[in-house]
Amino acid sequence: MHALLHPWSEAFMQRALLELVLLGTVGGIVGCWVLFYELAYSAESLAHALFPGLVAAALLGLPLLAGGAAGVAAAAVGIALVRRVPLLGGDASVAVVITTLFGLGVLLALRPATPPGLNALLFGDLLGVTREDIVSSAVLAVAAGVALVALHRPLLLVGFDRTTSQAFGAQPLLVDLALLGLIAVAIVIGVRALGNLLVLALLVGPAATARLLVRRMTSLMALAAVVALAASVGGLYLSYYASIAAGASVAVVTVSTYVAVLAVRAAFTPTRKEVGGYP
Amino acid sequence: MPGVILRVDGLVAGYGGPPVLRDVTFDLQESERIGVLGPNGGGKSTLFRVLLGEIEPYAGSISGVRRFGYVPQTERSRLDYPVTALDVALMGSLSSRPWWLPLRRSDRVRALAALERVGLRELADTQFGELSGGQRQRVLVARALVQDSPVLLLDEPFSGVDVPSAELLTSLLDELSHESRGLLIATHDVEQASSWDRVLCLNRRGVAFGRPDDVLTIDVLEETYGGSIVTLPGREAGILPPHHHEH
Repeated sequence: MHALLHPWSEAFMQRALLELVLLGTVGGIVGCWVLFYELAYSAESLAHALFPGLVAAALLGLPLLAGGAAGVAAAAVGIALVRRVPLLGGDASVAVVITTLFGLGVLLALRPATPPGLNALLFGDLLGVTREDIVSSAVLAVAAGVALVALHRPLLLVGFDRTTSQAFGAQPLLVDLALLGLIAVAIVIGVRALGNLLVLALLVGPAATARLLVRRMTSLMALAAVVALAASVGGLYLSYYASIAAGASVAVVTVSTYVAVLAVRAAFTPTRKEVGGYP
Repeated sequence: MPGVILRVDGLVAGYGGPPVLRDVTFDLQESERIGVLGPNGGGKSTLFRVLLGEIEPYAGSISGVRRFGYVPQTERSRLDYPVTALDVALMGSLSSRPWWLPLRRSDRVRALAALERVGLRELADTQFGELSGGQRQRVLVARALVQDSPVLLLDEPFSGVDVPSAELLTSLLDELSHESRGLLIATHDVEQASSWDRVLCLNRRGVAFGRPDDVLTIDVLEETYGGSIVTLPGREAGILPPHHHEH
């Protein structure tokens, strides 16, 4: 029991867990939409788009969080608009926007005035999360929660049948923009803790795991958040006792959970032959 | 004319380039079922998209009802999507009040009543993707009923539907038209269209409009389909060979 409780006596572990609770809840729920809108690649690209935003913010003396948000928002709008160009597929439009933004970030980063320490934002610094970081994340998480509740019905409709959703009162472009904005917020919440290279683990992994187990959107979201929280706690234990990077530990436990659930599900799912085959 | 709930006059429409549909004129009355007949690419879906407000017409006028209940082709729906029959029916309530407000109990009551109407109340909690093709089609009809419009647009509602479901759907459409609703039913099945009140023939333009007995002649059908027509013994109207193209 002592080994289970001991890590949480440390203030930095408590702050790390709080940050992950916020990220896991928002990331788990947003991740369900990411899965069903097939936006995992876009989400990863958005995370990379943080980098030039952060560099620009550092150069301009603005809060890094605002810089990251601006970079992601620019990429979100760019992807949503460029993907509507005829003959340019979704993948190509993401690549065009992200490479353009990333190139811009590299140009800015190569200037001598760029401050040191940006690597922490690439790879995250979960155990270095401050009280101010948690407050920032909490504000963003509440805003994301309100938006997720408000957007639930249009998101469900457009995801079900994009081509006819307008006939039922939805605007697919606006819904896409709103979802990409939500993904951006989830990434900004997670970048301080996990870095923009690992934040995708908590955005996609829990939702993918939940999808293996339940089949209704609201149940999926609840389970994805629970999986994210469980993986966060597991990852922090792993990091604490194995003395390995905390962000990477959480990412590894998240992905391992998916693989374990997949294996168990495969083992207990009867094959077509066993159930007599489908008609 | 009394009872007219929708009138389209001289409609010309396209997608930014040359018109893909022109010279479409018809009217829809209360309790009327109009078959919108034509080949794939003939303009049936374009007409529906104009009526639904998704594309602006190049010319012509539309008057009367502008809010429609819509039943799209069931093949367009995702079967792996995590929604039940009830969830899908509830989607019809989005346009009735602000989108950001969560669902209310009255929305659920209306959606369940619509599912009851199409004979699927017991399957309300079944995953949409687990239903048969005919059941899915009826769920989409229930969603259109939740939209609560006096005019329903149905896009190939019998496509991919088994015979028992098709019979259920036919009687359901009859019932709906008896409730003073007007129905526009897109189809490429001539025999089916001949059983409805009036027929609008489209082949990139309005070819003919009127009662089936007056409209479904060999000449009109040849003009509508632009292909060979065979005539079955003992029938005046031409019957096309089965059409197997899909959108």
